[in-house]
Amino acid sequence: MAKTLFDKVWDSHVVKRIKNGPDVLFIDRHMIHEVTSPVAFLGLKNRRISVLYPKRTFATADHNTPTKNQHLPITDPESKNQLEALEKNANEHGISYWGLGHKKNGIVHVVGPEYGITQPGATIVCGDSHTSTHGAFGAIAFGIGTSEVEMVLATQCIMQPKPKKMRITIDGKLNNGVTPKDIALFIISKLTTSGATGYFVEYHGEVFRELSMEGRMTVCNLSIEMGARGGMIAPDSKTFEYIKDREFTPKGDDLLKTKKYWGTLFTDKGAKFDKEFFFKGSEIDPMITFGTNPGMGISITKSIPKAKDVDNGKLTYIKSLDYMGYKEGESMIGKPIDYVFIGSCTNGRIEDFRAFASIVSGRKRSKNVTAWLVPGSHKVMEAIKNEGLLEIFKDAEFELREPGCSACLAMNDDKIPPGKYAVSTSNRNFEGRQGPGARTLLASPLVAAAAAITGKITDPRSLI
Amino acid sequence: MSYDSFKVLKSSAVPLPIENVDTDQIIPARFLKATERKGFGDNLFRDWRFNQDNSIKNDFVLNNPTYSGSILVGGNNFGSGSSREHAAWAIYDYGFRCVVSSFFADIFKNNCLNIGVLPVEVSQSFLNHIFEAIYNDAKTELKIDLPKQLISICNSKYSEKFKINSYKKENMINGYDDIDYLCSMKSKIKEFESKSPL
Ligand code: SF4
Repeated sequence: MAKTLFDKVWDSHVVKRIKNGPDVLFIDRHMIHEVTSPVAFLGLKNRRISVLYPKRTFATADHNTPTKNQHLPITDPESKNQLEALEKNANEHGISYWGLGHKKNGIVHVVGPEYGITQPGATIVCGDSHTSTHGAFGAIAFGIGTSEVEMVLATQCIMQPKPKKMRITIDGKLNNGVTPKDIALFIISKLTTSGATGYFVEYHGEVFRELSMEGRMTVCNLSIEMGARGGMIAPDSKTFEYIKDREFTPKGDDLLKTKKYWGTLFTDKGAKFDKEFFFKGSEIDPMITFGTNPGMGISITKSIPKAKDVDNGKLTYIKSLDYMGYKEGESMIGKPIDYVFIGSCTNGRIEDFRAFASIVSGRKRSKNVTAWLVPGSHKVMEAIKNEGLLEIFKDAEFELREPGCSACLAMNDDKIPPGKYAVSTSNRNFEGRQGPGARTLLASPLVAAAAAITGKITDPRSLI
Repeated sequence: MSYDSFKVLKSSAVPLPIENVDTDQIIPARFLKATERKGFGDNLFRDWRFNQDNSIKNDFVLNNPTYSGSILVGGNNFGSGSSREHAAWAIYDYGFRCVVSSFFADIFKNNCLNIGVLPVEVSQSFLNHIFEAIYNDAKTELKIDLPKQLISICNSKYSEKFKINSYKKENMINGYDDIDYLCSMKSKIKEFESKSPL
């Protein structure tokens, strides 16, 4: 029978099918961080069990870490406590730990691919919803809760009902100034934030084939924002080229064995999806959000939709515009902004900083804008330095911070002040996500760069 | 951790007819710094309950003494966003045992089931009936019968069947959790692992 890529990977990981219940799914790779793991380790302790396969779990500190002076002791006692707990738990159970200041440290979904932990056809979980990022390699990757983190530590399995399958096909060519972030924001604006709930998505078509691995990661990362468990893209020569010779990818005989499996990772002709969507690359423009969920995005040149044209949830819609201090029908172009955040597991990779540099190069930061440039990992930070981007940023009066999740979720000191507007390359514009009262506008690194230079929402195409 | 068993719950309910309530609202990230599962209820809906100076926002439903009970009734697409189980913990810790909505985000729903909060998905029209009944009379009770998979608005003609997979249902009724189950099949898992290509 013709099978989808998703079916192939999922079915080959089922240890047991429970009638009218979930599947017992084997997990190849497990990533943990300081925020969602401590209670899981406490659970293990209470049950007096240890981690079954410590080599299949990887720990990094990212959510709660400072992005300045990482060489100094952490000042926030609670953050410090969480990091110490992670280190202690990792050491006690023989799990590799890339803590603050470690040269492999960075955001969990950035370092996974960088070191070859992320592999095609693997099942990957982490207590963070943007685990969907790793689907860019043709893996089944999704976020889990702390009880499930405990399950994976204890048994290397979780229990999940098999999601339904959705395929999103985008063919054709992209317009100038359109980045992977715009593709994702475009899709979410069409499907809404719950449009893919219950589904696992495969992205398909010329547009995704043409994307770099970094670009594919950005798209898969945002799958969760339309409610999907995850998203994936069939691996191809680009994928295999990217993972070649990374620290944790198979080598020698192992490689030969895995290659056989990897060769099967595509959707067969005639395989059925429960739902399909088709778009054209040319439909997509640079995007920006105007509301308080990622589905509230529009082409940057458009005006804010009227409440009467919104299908459901009119009250919620108006509440959302109130929070943002915007009115229906207003144009987005020209709106003043106060902060720019470039970073996160969505857009904190080297390509994103290259894109940002392409616009700020030879220009100066607007004096009204505070900008936080936060690389996704030490490796990204090194590349920024080695490629000469740091010089460009300095000349344009931008400062580079140290790696971490930072203002993506504002657990550390990187909080946007109440009422201020931030153009962010991260993934969520929920109320207060970037700090109590903060107003977030999600956009691509190009749109963020244009805003950082002009101090207002600007079509980046006018600066390219 | 195993949890209290859940069979039949009869209680008044707290109405929150807002759509797309995300986990950052249920519990903001800055309250995720604990390393133990304690005290999350204090910060449930923190920024909707309290002003930035920590004074109380009187217009938010949890601050309105008219409404109380161990059932929270939310708008469509409840629990979207982050995978933080802390959101489910906060709801449990505050005293809710059941959340009713016309649609739940996946991870949130799983998290609830894993810690003993029952997510009950009802039709939009039934949800509207619930809100209407509560706004007519705040003392209106809902009855949730898990064995029968039935939710009813007490003293009214309205009731509706809800879905839950039979494995999770058994777990909830008995207060078992998945880890007990998985631990019982460790040898099978080990055999699987030894043949895994990755
Ligand atoms: S950058 Fe944001 S979304 Fe990504 S792992 Fe960190 S907190 Fe989660």
